[in-house]
Amino acid sequence: MIDFTEEQIERYSRHIILPEVGAEGQSKLLESKVFMIGAGGLGSPVAYYLAAAGVGTIGIADADVVDSSNLQRQIIHNQDRIGMPKVESARETMQALNPDVKVNTYNYFITEDNVREIIRDYDLIIDGCDNFPTRFLVNDACYFEKKPLISGAMFRFEGQVATFKPHQEKGAPCYRCLYPEPPPAGLVPSCSEAGILGALAGAVGTIQAVEAIKELLGIGESLAGRLMVFDALRMEWKKLKLHKDPACPLCGENPTITDLVTYEQACELKFGQ
Amino acid sequence: MSVSVRIPTPLRKLTGGADEVAIEGTNVGEIIENLEAAHPGLKERLCDDDGEIRRFVNVYVNDEDVRFLEGRGTVLKDGDEVSIVPAIAGGC
Ligand SMILES: [Zn+2]
Repeated sequence: MIDFTEEQIERYSRHIILPEVGAEGQSKLLESKVFMIGAGGLGSPVAYYLAAAGVGTIGIADADVVDSSNLQRQIIHNQDRIGMPKVESARETMQALNPDVKVNTYNYFITEDNVREIIRDYDLIIDGCDNFPTRFLVNDACYFEKKPLISGAMFRFEGQVATFKPHQEKGAPCYRCLYPEPPPAGLVPSCSEAGILGALAGAVGTIQAVEAIKELLGIGESLAGRLMVFDALRMEWKKLKLHKDPACPLCGENPTITDLVTYEQACELKFGQ
Repeated sequence: MSVSVRIPTPLRKLTGGADEVAIEGTNVGEIIENLEAAHPGLKERLCDDDGEIRRFVNVYVNDEDVRFLEGRGTVLKDGDEVSIVPAIAGGC
């Protein structure tokens, strides 16, 4: 366990006082390393709360710069940061909130050539990206590198959150058990043109952050094997069961995917049109 | 027998904006056919050309994925809720 400074004891006192966290749990958080894909709508609340919680090392990848149209939901950025790389803006905000946190920035796209090497250094991966090809790439990389993955996605007024750790728990599914491969181009909405209720990103992202902290601490019941589905218009969360698919091409009995694959980006809206 | 079917946001255009519709049917396959009759265009969003449920759309009866029950043959009972849960990818 680390030696807390007085400032840290005060900063984290509301955590330390929780029997489920305590000084030991807080120490664990400070020694944890989390890697996040995306410094956008979901990445903003995740990064903010993980930094506040004192997760010691946070890696964040995003190739974009801050745009004024982001500020309706991407609350880790602000007006003065327009044009700045999102990962730099996120780092400034996180370190202003909590100087204990070391932030590693990755101002480029996650690809099959870099993803495994990057995530190898981290304990837990959080996906808040905006496209299917990256979701499959990250899922597969996490499976090969045996890293737990907390995945969040949203569309207009709906959100989904799931934890995937097929390497850790018998019967726990991966993302491909849920969806074996990306939808063909044009069949499922995947891009920001569809519109998004800004505060939805907060609802979905903070669930990811809560789940990440639980995973790091090893407390409570993991979300692995369930899919949380949020409908903001009905103000309703549903918890659906996810099963490991014995026919999963990645983690099933006879896997056909034994190395990373890159899918083309599909970016049309026909599914709902 | 009529069951309640939850319609996800991307498909609500086809149900006149309704997030939930009541559909007659005794199994999932019948529900899909009757959904199509009531709201044309829904079936091709849910099923491929062979009538199989598409792999990036999951159909749930209560909290169970029908792929792990009897698929389209999954028998429904009074009070069951059918949910359509498509893959979504947005995060930005
Ligand atoms: Zn799998």
